[in-house]
Amino acid sequence: MTNIQDNKKEVVITGFGGQGIVLAGTILGKAAALGDHRESTLVQSYGPESRGGACSAQVVISDTIIFYPYIKTPDVLVCMSQGGYDKYIGDLPDDGILIIDHDLVKAKRKVKEFYSISATRIAEELGRKMMANIIMIGFVTAVTKIISMDAAQDTVVKSVPKGTEEMNLKAFNRGSDYGLSVLKGREKKAEGRTGAVS
Amino acid sequence: MKKAILTGEHFFTGDVACAEGALAAGCRFFGGYPITPATEIAERMASRLPHVGGSYIQMEDEIAAIASVLGASWAGVKSMTATSGPGFSLMMENLGLGICTETPCVIVNVQRGGPSTGLPTQGAQGDMMQSRWGSHGDYEIIVLAPYSPQEIFYQTITAFNLSETYRIPVLIMTDEIVGHMSEKVIIPDSRKVKTISRTAPKGRKDRFRLFEPGPNGVAPMPAAGQGYNVHVTGLTHDEKGYPVMTVDTQVEMMDRLTGKIRNNLDDIIMTESYMMDDAEIVLVSYGVSARTCLAAVDQARKSGIKAGMFRLITVWPFPEEEIKKIAERVKGFITVEMNLGQIHREVQRCVGGKVPAVLVGHHGGTIIPPEDVLKKMKETF
Repeated sequence: MTNIQDNKKEVVITGFGGQGIVLAGTILGKAAALGDHRESTLVQSYGPESRGGACSAQVVISDTIIFYPYIKTPDVLVCMSQGGYDKYIGDLPDDGILIIDHDLVKAKRKVKEFYSISATRIAEELGRKMMANIIMIGFVTAVTKIISMDAAQDTVVKSVPKGTEEMNLKAFNRGSDYGLSVLKGREKKAEGRTGAVS
Repeated sequence: MKKAILTGEHFFTGDVACAEGALAAGCRFFGGYPITPATEIAERMASRLPHVGGSYIQMEDEIAAIASVLGASWAGVKSMTATSGPGFSLMMENLGLGICTETPCVIVNVQRGGPSTGLPTQGAQGDMMQSRWGSHGDYEIIVLAPYSPQEIFYQTITAFNLSETYRIPVLIMTDEIVGHMSEKVIIPDSRKVKTISRTAPKGRKDRFRLFEPGPNGVAPMPAAGQGYNVHVTGLTHDEKGYPVMTVDTQVEMMDRLTGKIRNNLDDIIMTESYMMDDAEIVLVSYGVSARTCLAAVDQARKSGIKAGMFRLITVWPFPEEEIKKIAERVKGFITVEMNLGQIHREVQRCVGGKVPAVLVGHHGGTIIPPEDVLKKMKETF
């Protein structure tokens, strides 16, 4: 859980094998470690099957060395499958942030800070369903700010297969743009203004 | 040719860091058979070795994999393999051959839950006694247990250095968690990487004796094809390497095999202490479980419990003298490991009943949470 002194953040990303959950976690951890020059750990869990099984990535980011890399109570829970949501939602504290893929997860529990994006549908629109994870990372970066935008974009480019950098960066930006517009919309709402989100 | 040492900052899994450590140490042969969760080491070596003048062979099984590694070592090349529990069991016979023939090589076991096929994708530390006694006969062995991707990079270099110094297979007993976790790994400038290679023989080739020990108890080692008489056998052999089936030869050979380790414990045994100066309760651990202990020590200190951690970097040979000394001044020991008490028994033996020595163990499949260790501290002491 959050430790203010170390500025520690714990993120759990869940989904099923083949969605690129571990790559999403890797980008988050790598951006924090190499881009933002902080400490980070990534542990993964998956089953013996290569696709379709439940899968999760746990990322801890901190200003100081991280001893224990597993997460009991995440600060941020990102769900890209209903199974992942069902398994981990009980661990999320009331002041935690819940982020879901809108079309794949039905979130029954109400938490204070809740965000959703149709990451998989947007990826399909962009022509590659498998980029949903990159769109999600863009969205997570924008709404949580746990890694810097520069580090995230740089890491995406360095972590995806050669020849797909531009496409993935576009996907990332779709996610982050949407995230920033959601934040803006909420700000306006908080200020009592209504109207279309710019 | 590409660079063998990737100087710089990386975000690597333990498996990849292990492969990079091997390359930095000068390893140029990998004979393997893929198995979860060690496959990524083979994968990395397969893609990297051809670019640095080395070779990778995927063999038909783990028995052949270790056989190829021993052969490559006798051809004069620093060699390694990596596996997990089921493959490690298959390697046990030829591990003995490597010990008997004093063949330097490195074997990595990325441990997963067992017995048998067990939990392929989940971590455990259940092969620790097998790493000590898994091959038949009496022998000494060197076993290291890294606790992070950064450390596995350095320990793999150390493993090669120890193996080349003492002409013995060195085992790296890591686990699925360290193998698959990613963390920052800093690879130093190539000039700062210290590597050791086996001593080459000197003098007249016709008077050469393959197993005649040098000053540190270890015989210089030629490569096959250099003109020295190289007779390598798993039968009990004399200093020339020829089979001699007598009790005297057995005693002489065994004394040499065990003596070179037992007489150099100070050089081989590495441990680390955390908050041990005033510690009353000592957590003994190794590998990923040591990370649980670091967190547990910090939590204990916050609630006023004087806890410390004694970490085994070298697990075998076991740091008996250190544990005995610590036992003189503390209230008790807790061994923390992901098995049902393998190193715990060693700790108990060394403590000798002077103070309580208890276990926080787990059947394998998941890391031990620091809270379990804290609970045990409060229950026992």
